[in-house]
Amino acid sequence: AVTRRLCILKGIYPHEPKHKKKVNKGSTAPRTFYLLKDIKFLLHEPIVNKFREYKVFVRKLRKAYGKSEWSTVDRLRDNKPTYKLDHIVKERYPTFIDALRDLDDALSMCFLFSTFPRTGKCHVQTIQLCRRLAVEFLNYVIASRSLRKVFLSIKGIYYQAEVLGQPVTWITPYAFAHDHPTDVDYRVMATFTEFYTTLLGFVNFRLYHSLNLLYPPKIDGQADVELKPAEGKDYAMDSESYLEKLSALSASLARVVAPTHEDEVEIDEFPVEGETAEQMDAKKKELEDLEKHKRLFEGLRFFLNREVPREPLAFIIRCFGGQVSWDKSLCIGATYDVSDPSITHQIVDRPRVEQQVVGRYYLQPQWVFDSVNAKLCLPVADYFPGVLLPPHLSPFVTEQEGDYVPPEKLKLLAMQRGENPDEESEEEEEEEEEDEDDNEKEEEEEEDESEKEEEMKLKKMEEQKTQNNKALPVKVTAGKLRLEDRQRLEQEQQSEEKRLAIMMMKKREKYLYKKIMFGKKRKVREANKLAAKRKAHDTAVKEEKKKSKKARRA
Amino acid sequence: QDIRNTVGNIPMEWYQDFPHIGYNLEGKKIYKPIRNKDELDMFLEKMENPDYWRTVQDKMTGADIKLTDEQVDLVHRLQKGQFGDVHFNPYEPAVDFFTHEVMIHPVTNRPADKRSFIPSLIEKEKVSKLVHAIKMGWIKPRKPKDDTPTYYDLWAHEDPNSILGRHKMHVPAPKMKLPGHEESYNPPPEYLLSEEEKLAWEQQEPAERKLNFVPQQYRCLRAVPAYSRFIHERFERCLDLYLCPRQRKMRVNVDPEDLIPKLPKPRDLQPFPTTQALVYRGHTSLVRCLSISPSGQWLVSGSDDCTVRFWEVCTARCMKTLPVGGVVKSIAWNPNPTICLVAICVEQSVLLVNPYLGDKLLYGATDQLLESYVAPEEERVQPVQWVTATVEEHSRGIRLVVQHSKAVKQVTWHGKGDYFASVVSDNSNMQVLIHQTSKRWSQNPFRKSKGLVQCVLFHPIRPYFFVATQRYVRIYNLLKQELTKKLMTNCKWVSSMAIHPGGDNVICGSYDSKLAWFDLDLSTRPYQLLRHHKKALRSVAFHKHYPLFASGSDDGTIIVCHGMVYNDLLQNPLLVPVKVLKGHVMTLDLGVLDVLFHPTQPWVFSSGADGTVRLYT
Repeated sequence: AVTRRLCILKGIYPHEPKHKKKVNKGSTAPRTFYLLKDIKFLLHEPIVNKFREYKVFVRKLRKAYGKSEWSTVDRLRDNKPTYKLDHIVKERYPTFIDALRDLDDALSMCFLFSTFPRTGKCHVQTIQLCRRLAVEFLNYVIASRSLRKVFLSIKGIYYQAEVLGQPVTWITPYAFAHDHPTDVDYRVMATFTEFYTTLLGFVNFRLYHSLNLLYPPKIDGQADVELKPAEGKDYAMDSESYLEKLSALSASLARVVAPTHEDEVEIDEFPVEGETAEQMDAKKKELEDLEKHKRLFEGLRFFLNREVPREPLAFIIRCFGGQVSWDKSLCIGATYDVSDPSITHQIVDRPRVEQQVVGRYYLQPQWVFDSVNAKLCLPVADYFPGVLLPPHLSPFVTEQEGDYVPPEKLKLLAMQRGENPDEESEEEEEEEEEDEDDNEKEEEEEEDESEKEEEMKLKKMEEQKTQNNKALPVKVTAGKLRLEDRQRLEQEQQSEEKRLAIMMMKKREKYLYKKIMFGKKRKVREANKLAAKRKAHDTAVKEEKKKSKKARRA
Repeated sequence: QDIRNTVGNIPMEWYQDFPHIGYNLEGKKIYKPIRNKDELDMFLEKMENPDYWRTVQDKMTGADIKLTDEQVDLVHRLQKGQFGDVHFNPYEPAVDFFTHEVMIHPVTNRPADKRSFIPSLIEKEKVSKLVHAIKMGWIKPRKPKDDTPTYYDLWAHEDPNSILGRHKMHVPAPKMKLPGHEESYNPPPEYLLSEEEKLAWEQQEPAERKLNFVPQQYRCLRAVPAYSRFIHERFERCLDLYLCPRQRKMRVNVDPEDLIPKLPKPRDLQPFPTTQALVYRGHTSLVRCLSISPSGQWLVSGSDDCTVRFWEVCTARCMKTLPVGGVVKSIAWNPNPTICLVAICVEQSVLLVNPYLGDKLLYGATDQLLESYVAPEEERVQPVQWVTATVEEHSRGIRLVVQHSKAVKQVTWHGKGDYFASVVSDNSNMQVLIHQTSKRWSQNPFRKSKGLVQCVLFHPIRPYFFVATQRYVRIYNLLKQELTKKLMTNCKWVSSMAIHPGGDNVICGSYDSKLAWFDLDLSTRPYQLLRHHKKALRSVAFHKHYPLFASGSDDGTIIVCHGMVYNDLLQNPLLVPVKVLKGHVMTLDLGVLDVLFHPTQPWVFSSGADGTVRLYT
């Protein structure tokens, strides 16, 4: 168990030997192999002695308990040996960037542990520490406005932030009680968390200092004053209220140096050699886009209804410069009330809202997420309460050529480019629906035609793909020679040449080639399958619509 | 009666077999009292003696002792668990010596010590020591425990020296896969699983599943439940991090187009047959073999329908049909242009047929040549029988019949046209026979069988003879009568063989769909092994003039390859497949049975199991 803990803390992992049989004394049974070098490295670790001391301590304590020597127990307890992992963190991550690169797992783990109940499973201190570090990190992300992408998955909420140029992704579970599985070794997880909290603490310290913020974080003076009265009434314990206030994520943090307008400073341009003007322009544009993205919600005032997950939404909105508030009874840190007339957006997650205030949008929470991912404030019409939401797409997927792209994504991309195809098509649809009665048949025909066209397109695409691949055996149709089709002939000839060349490949290369081609074909097949599924679904929906319309009219 | 036994504390059984029971103080033996009581005596005593119950035997002396009344009483008391002493009272009233009540009188009469009135010196000394230690700062009050960790700038001094060799060797753990559209709480509808897919997903092993969750759609964020496997997934990630062996794997990042070898374009290697030009129809069963006249004008084909047909090549007209009364296994046209003679294998005999085609002078001359044979004076013992055709047969064109003892598989002519060799399906040394037409004489060249002979061939120029057994091709020098070479084909079962007209290259087709090209100057192993066909090869052929060779296979295709042999010995042959010819219909799982090149034109003939012969030009 000690070895396991050491391996976890020091980041030692097994290796796959080059000759498995040779190492394993001739047997091929699966075994894990560590490098001898690594084990020797573990032996030199000073923490091994600490572990031994701890073992001795446990033994003494048990003995004292057995003898009911309570004073000895107290004395032993007071002198409980502790150890620190600072040097291991430093050793594993000699530079700060290394540490940032490995932050994904640390964050996910801390967020998970901070949602654990305060009883059983693991130490309360660990949970509190995790919560504190997670909240600190969130506050840093807000202060640096480095959040980039968010995604509501069925597993939890994914966030991606860009911290000092490194993408850091983490997942938080939805705020429900866990049903703790029995086949999970919590000791392993606790050991990991032990290391991760140390790492995250140091990283937080450094990050806060890079922004000239105080660490441990202090809430900005003015906001603090505002919050005082509420706190005095509702919260008894001073020590708790600090973390609560911090985790409300509503107040900005105190800085060591008063914030000047350093953000306004133009970035000097350093022309790099070999860089053309176009590249420079592209870079500049990218930077501008980034700035715009960071100020996405600037000037907007949000109000979160109580059924909406408060923490993620408050976090996201604040990350993009929006102001956010919630019901006072929901959580500490509410800055304004529902009735505030300056509220522009109210986030609601119920089928309908009874008393609507004029002058604000009532929106479902997905709007916030989709807007962040789209890097622009999306049209609000699709996200009204009770409306069937458009699909929520993953921002982490970048489609390559040949991959299947959902039509919503295409629409979004067009919108980002500045076109607005959505409205047009909608209008068209409406028009179509309007004169549906008159020329229903025509429309159907049209539809059929369009379908056929699509099919043709699909087929053509497939053909092209297959011809690109050339691995599919194209049948030689000797009888149907069309002389006028020069291109086709040419293509056929080329494909045949290729097939002949493939015949001459070496066995190994042929195997590799076939494998690559198989992978490519499978990709195409999957994409086609998805496209076909989508088409079937769309037609079904259309039919349904038509039927319902007819029923309404009749 | 004080007998002191001095044996000590020992088990008295040790003296069981002795008359004495120990020694007295003077060292004299103590004799056991005389006892000769048997059971009956014992019983009588028990009955008669009223003190029997209080009599015990002293083990030390062996004497009987009668217990007194006091002793019996003591025994009874002890048995009851009472004190031995009759007069002892265990329930005496307790005297409260020290009570909770404060007494006015001291318990003892001792006057108090002086030290109980003055402070203790030892204690004072100890306290003063402690006080001194505290004053001096040696003893500090216990610090309140603070278990919140302190953080500081760990990376304040990043020195490049701290990057050890370990860090260069370190393989960072791959990051978790980022979620795709299908993981969304509200994915596009095409990502949801249909019923069948869901069923398939459930039936798969958890480790084999492509997705470790079922995509689900929820109407709003409120309806999304907690993910039940969240902790599991985190835990699995932890396990991966510390238990998975890490290895740097070079990703094969090859453009598949680069893997394809750069070959000369087939267009530049013309001429070669590209399209099907003619189909020769007429046979009703498989056409097993083909042969062509040296002029290239006539084609002969033998079939399973027991006929041999002669065709005109250019018109696809069947000139003649010769029923032979048996399945035709092999057929060979005499390569000598001055002789018009065809050898046909039918069952156990080889027929030599004059087809009466072409120049009248030619076939007339052939007949004359055959008739000019004069039988030698003395009959020689021959392995086969040479029989002149009967009149009826003669009218059909058959001139000579060479009758073998077993069925004949193959027949092939020597380039000069006088000798021909036949292969008999047999296991003995009589498998290969060489015949001389002009002398009507046959001989068996081999003394020993070297395996099942598949086919034989004469070298086109030199006096060599090729014999293909199942796995090897042996080359014999006919003049020296010795084995010159043995080619390893690397195939399981050779089906056919052909020789380059230059004579230095051999190709072998095999039933395990391989074609082996041998360069005889290079080595006895194949120069190249071509696996172009998907099924067994049936026959291979070389073109006489053009650098072409073809192979026909059971998959119904003929592959024509360009096989350039350079005169320069340093340059290896260049093999490029140039055309895949299709056309034969698969019948009975058989495709092409024989291929043959036209002697002068770049044309290829093929005979198939569908009963047709096709010409590709």
